[in-house]
Parts: sequence; C-alpha cells; structure tokens
Amino acid sequence: MIGLYKKRDVAIISAAATKCGEHWDKGIKDLAWEAGVKAVEEAGISGKDIEYLVVGNMSGGMFVGQEHIGALVADFLGLNPIPSLRVEGACASGGIAFFQGYMAVASGLYDIVAVGGVEKMTDVEQEQATTALSGAMDFEWEAYFGATFPGIYALMARRYMYEYGLKKETLAKVAVKNHYHGSMNSLAHFRNKINLEEALSAPMVADPLGKYDCCPISDGAALVILAPLEIARKYTDTPIIVKSSVMASDTLSLLKRRDICTLDATVNAAEKAFKLAHIERSQVNLIEVHDCFTIAEVLAIEDLGFAKKGEGWKMCDEEQTYVGGNLPVNTDGGLKASGHPVGATGVKQIVEIVKQLRGEVERGRQVKGAEVGLAHNVGGSGATAVVTILARG
Amino acid sequence: MSHIAPPAHWRRAKERYRLLGSKCESCGSTFFPPTKVCPKCRRKGKIVQTEFSGKGKIYSYTIIHSAPKMFEKYTPYILALVELEEGPKVMSQIVDCKPEEVKIGLNVEVCFRKLFEQDEEGVISYGFKFRPADDSWKGL
Repeated sequence: MIGLYKKRDVAIISAAATKCGEHWDKGIKDLAWEAGVKAVEEAGISGKDIEYLVVGNMSGGMFVGQEHIGALVADFLGLNPIPSLRVEGACASGGIAFFQGYMAVASGLYDIVAVGGVEKMTDVEQEQATTALSGAMDFEWEAYFGATFPGIYALMARRYMYEYGLKKETLAKVAVKNHYHGSMNSLAHFRNKINLEEALSAPMVADPLGKYDCCPISDGAALVILAPLEIARKYTDTPIIVKSSVMASDTLSLLKRRDICTLDATVNAAEKAFKLAHIERSQVNLIEVHDCFTIAEVLAIEDLGFAKKGEGWKMCDEEQTYVGGNLPVNTDGGLKASGHPVGATGVKQIVEIVKQLRGEVERGRQVKGAEVGLAHNVGGSGATAVVTILARG
Repeated sequence: MSHIAPPAHWRRAKERYRLLGSKCESCGSTFFPPTKVCPKCRRKGKIVQTEFSGKGKIYSYTIIHSAPKMFEKYTPYILALVELEEGPKVMSQIVDCKPEEVKIGLNVEVCFRKLFEQDEEGVISYGFKFRPADDSWKGL
C-alpha cells in the first residue's frame, strides 16, 4: 500500500475558493462553477484537459434537496463526459475528495484531476441544517438521546478541562485569534475582530462551549487541480508538491473511543503522513486544522504531534498560534471565522496552504517564507480524519 | 430531526428500555452500543447479549442550551457520558439533578423516562436516563 503512494509525485497546479458566507444569490451550481472557473483559469488549462473530477459534498440532499452532485458539478463545469465522483465523509468530505484525487494521479491512472468541494447550507432553516449535520454522529445512541454536535465537542472539552486544567479563557483565545486572522481574509465568512470579553460573555450553546466556540453554517466551494509533478511546470511556475495525503477512521460514536480527549484518527493519519512525506514536525511552517469548535483546535495541535497530550492548550494560551508565532494555526481564520461549508472545507483548507506557500495571501496574514504546510480535516467527532502535507516545489 | 419511522424506534427498544449491551464470552469484554463482533477476538469471539447493572459514574457532561425542536422543552438539560461499572460508556441525559450540581465522578443509576415526542403524530419514545445514585435527588 505504501508503494502505491510512491508511484508518482503529484503537484497542485491551481487552487481557488469562493468567499464563504450566506450567498443568497448563489445556489450549489453557482458556487461550484465559480470555484471551478477560477481554478481552471489560474492553471491556464482548458476544461478538456481535465480527465477526472472528485467532489466533496456532505448532504446536498438535506441542505438543498439535491443529490447526484458528481454529475451535477461535471455538467455545470462543462466537463462531460469525464467520470465524476461525489464523496461523503461528513465534514471531512472535502479532505476525502482530495485524498481520492491524489490517489488517482499518484497511481498513474489519470494525469489532470480536479478536486472540488461544495456545500450550500443556508437555504434551509437552522433546524434542518443542524439535523443534517447531526447525521455525522451515531444517530441511534447519541442524537437519539439528546446529543447535539456542540454537545459532543462540549463533552470532550469538559473532560479535557478536568484532565489537563484547560480554562474557558484559553478556548476564547482560540476564537479571538481565528477572528483576527479572518479579519484579514477577503474570502472569510466573518471579517470582524472580537475580544476576549465578547467571546467569554456570549450565550452558552453547550456548556462549556459558547457561541464563539462554534463555527458558523456557511455556503462555499473550493477546487484544486492536480497533475503529475513531472509535467506540473507546464502549467505553473510554482507547483505545490503533495508530500502525502492520508486518511484514517475511528469509531463513529464517542462512546467507544479509547480516549475522548484524543482523535485517534488524526493521530494515525498524521503519523503516516509525516512518515510518507519524510518531513519532521519542526519543518512545518503553518497548519490548517479542523476547528469546528475551539476545543478541536487544541486537540488537533496535540494529535498532529505538535504538542504533547495535555499541553497543546498552552501554545494557544501563549498566543504562539498567530501569524508570526512559533506555529501559525488557521491563518485564514479557520472554520470559526473563515467559515465551514462542510463538504468544501477540506479543499478550502488546501487552497489556503497553497496560497500561503506561494506567498499570495493578504500581507498581514502571510507566513513569511513558508515552505511546508499541513491541512487537517475531520469528519464528525473524529470518526474520519485526513491529513495532507504540502511543500513548495 | 427528520421524522423517525416506528420500526426504527421499535427495533432498538429492548436495548433502550433495559440497557442491554453485548459481551464477548471468549475474552469477557463488554460493549455498548451492542456490537456483533468482538474487535479483539474477531472470529474466535462469541458475542451474547448482556444486561448492565445500571450503575456508573459521570465521565464527562455538558449542559445543552441549544437543542433540536424535539428536545427544546427540556433545555437546559444535562447530557453526559456515563461510565458503567462494567466498563462501557453510554450517552444519556442526567435527570433529578440541577445543572450546577452535576460533576465528573458523580455516582449515577439508570432510570426509565420519556425521551421525546417527535410531533403530534410521531411515536413517543422511552428509554434510559440516569439520575444521581444517592438520595439527594428525592428532595427535588
């Protein structure tokens, strides 16, 4: 299996995302089209060059009454009759799409592959949207007993606080930092800065998580184009090399986890991703982590191996995770501020790393001289995780 | 939540009413939710149904303030991960306990309660919840 990964080096030749937010004027087709056209133009290729399309989408059926998303996106991007696949792994759908697209090029089956992600979430009432999202849990033994998504992460947060002495103030600092980064990101859902007091005094959603500990419901899309590294320079002067992309799974419910303060899927995916990439943690200049809730950012820093279990919160507390700090985390504002169009998020994170490595983001949030970046996408409460390591070519 | 069909309530009713899990007779491991295969013994394992004592401790908890419509009238309610004395964990609401009195390590015992009414035509669902195991709840 390891051999398959190594068959051929893969590069990203273009990457684009729409703004995240409430797009009243755009439907699922418009969003996919916008991201697709931007990416195709950036690569300077023709749609005819694309041989295979993979699209991450969590729940078109429940959000907009639309399934068959693979064919839909291929149709609206004018890519028929190429094979087009929609993949679903809850909030990790985008990351999984990338993992699939990467395998298609790495294995030698296709040369030019487009990987997209799209989600239109604001056409339904919040009740319907949260119902769709709660499908990522174990319905029979979690949601059925009154669990909500924030509730699940609140259970992790409460136990973590008990075990390791984390305070609510530190979680608030994660939100303040992500809003600060988001304020400089023209594609972010929220562009407003918040302060510690606002974050701490917000209404509770699932104690200890308040409003500012939770990411929003967003519309958005993203798309990247992959090519074998040996021909990538035909399309771009700055190909971004996919050093590794690894997916792992864990129990669907929180009930059966070894430790609810650890996402073992992240641990397993990260270990393998670093091994395959031949890269050390110390070489990584920035990370995009799946902060669906503030506690998730703390857990991700530890589970990816950038801090020992129980100590990741100190990096957040000491504000080492800002641009300019020791390990910039979520330089686009994360899911919290830049938005969480669930099926698109995993691809959107990769777009951010690509732009950072090319030195193309807004000056205030650009990590200077970034050579290596990592994207981390999670489904549900950690039943799926995808870790992708990218480097400048 | 979307409308839940009666058979979907019914097929898990026994486990929900009596807190039934599963046990591997080969290695003695107990599981909740009930499993069909022992992850340790695989084919050599023998899974049977088992009834838990219903005693446990709160492993973690949250107070849910924002809930789906079918649980709205119970907000704010305590949702907990309860570690059963046999080992497995269950997710359950904690009743007969004020939100400010719940804590990690609290001894709890199972009780039988209404879980929710989905809508006027929907099934009224019953199942387990947990309450503090000492007598403190009786004065409430």
